Amino acid sequence: MATESLTYIFINAALVNNFVLAYFLGICPFLGVSGKYETALRMGGAVTFVMLVSSMCAYGIHWLLLQLDAPYLQLISYIVVIASTVQLVEMFIKKFSPALFRALGIFLPLITTNCAILGLALFQTSKGYNFVQAIFYALGAGVGFTIALVIMAGIREELDLADTPAIVRGTAIVLMVAGILSLTFMGFAGLGG
Amino acid sequence: MNTDPAHLSTNEFIKGLWRENPIFVQVLGMCPALAVTNSVINAIAMGLATTFVLIMSSMLVSSLRSFIPRQVRIASYILIIATFVTVAEYFIQAISIELHKNLGAFIALIVVNCLILGRAEAFASKNTIWPAFLDAAGMGLGFTFALICLGGVRELIGNGTLLGYMIFSENYQPWIVMILPGGGFFSLGAWLLLFNWMKSRKERLNLAAENSR
Repeated sequence: MATESLTYIFINAALVNNFVLAYFLGICPFLGVSGKYETALRMGGAVTFVMLVSSMCAYGIHWLLLQLDAPYLQLISYIVVIASTVQLVEMFIKKFSPALFRALGIFLPLITTNCAILGLALFQTSKGYNFVQAIFYALGAGVGFTIALVIMAGIREELDLADTPAIVRGTAIVLMVAGILSLTFMGFAGLGG
Repeated sequence: MNTDPAHLSTNEFIKGLWRENPIFVQVLGMCPALAVTNSVINAIAMGLATTFVLIMSSMLVSSLRSFIPRQVRIASYILIIATFVTVAEYFIQAISIELHKNLGAFIALIVVNCLILGRAEAFASKNTIWPAFLDAAGMGLGFTFALICLGGVRELIGNGTLLGYMIFSENYQPWIVMILPGGGFFSLGAWLLLFNWMKSRKERLNLAAENSR
């Protein structure tokens, strides 16, 4: 497994096995934050950044736990690290760029409960990626998440203008659109091999 | 309004099953609901594991509610949940390796299921152990019920089987798409459609009854 090329890992995480549309990770922000194009783009950026940092931390923790012979602590320590990374990022952004902090608003703390982040840390561990591969995997996953979110937001902005029946408005129609998007992304299968 | 205690406690239990069903009404905990429902067996296992974690963590949160400081409550809830998820993961691995492989990382991902944290924050931290248990059991079973609904539809249409038994005749051409990720979105969308339709029909009937009075 450890011999996969870096481009393969990136394309695989971003398109072929898109975290949102193929693995169903991060559905909550996908349904909740995809109303507006602008916020979707910012949310994608923040998630990508947290993914990158927590993926690097997860690599270190996994190594440390192996040394301590305590793999059963894996889940607990991952979630603690992710929660504190999000907190750290929040404080960092608040200090250095108050404008960006205001723009992201409530979405920053919500990243903690985004299953895509924890999922990424777990997948990267089970696939046995080395440090550089893990970074590319995290980048790909973040880009894939952003792509899915932005496409969805674009469709939903148009959908608001469309004349849909009353009972499909809200989550039902978004799920139907997501299904079609998911089928579209299946077309990427075999790419980057 | 009926306020006798026995009625109240059944109410805590029933509301999660139907009126406030976590998936169909509150739309919480979608990730596992879509990811592991490609067969009924997976759906049942996922539902029961989530119910176990939900009940145990709700009871612990409710019994510790006067000790946990408000500022660090979310972090403490997550730690409690993560502990029970680890227990559930090792338990599933012990009874069936195959099941563990099918569910994959999604057992570990119960930690970030918003339903569990939501119940801990909204209900267990404000109530005594018995109501918290009933609430968690109701929500957990409601979640399992919704997962079985989804898994049933997807397995029946996508594979022509239910719990592994052939339902349709040999010449049934399965719609593979329902097993694939896209089918998950479609079937959940269809169930939500059904629930919306039932709700709007009930509202219409109520309105008609009021007008004729």
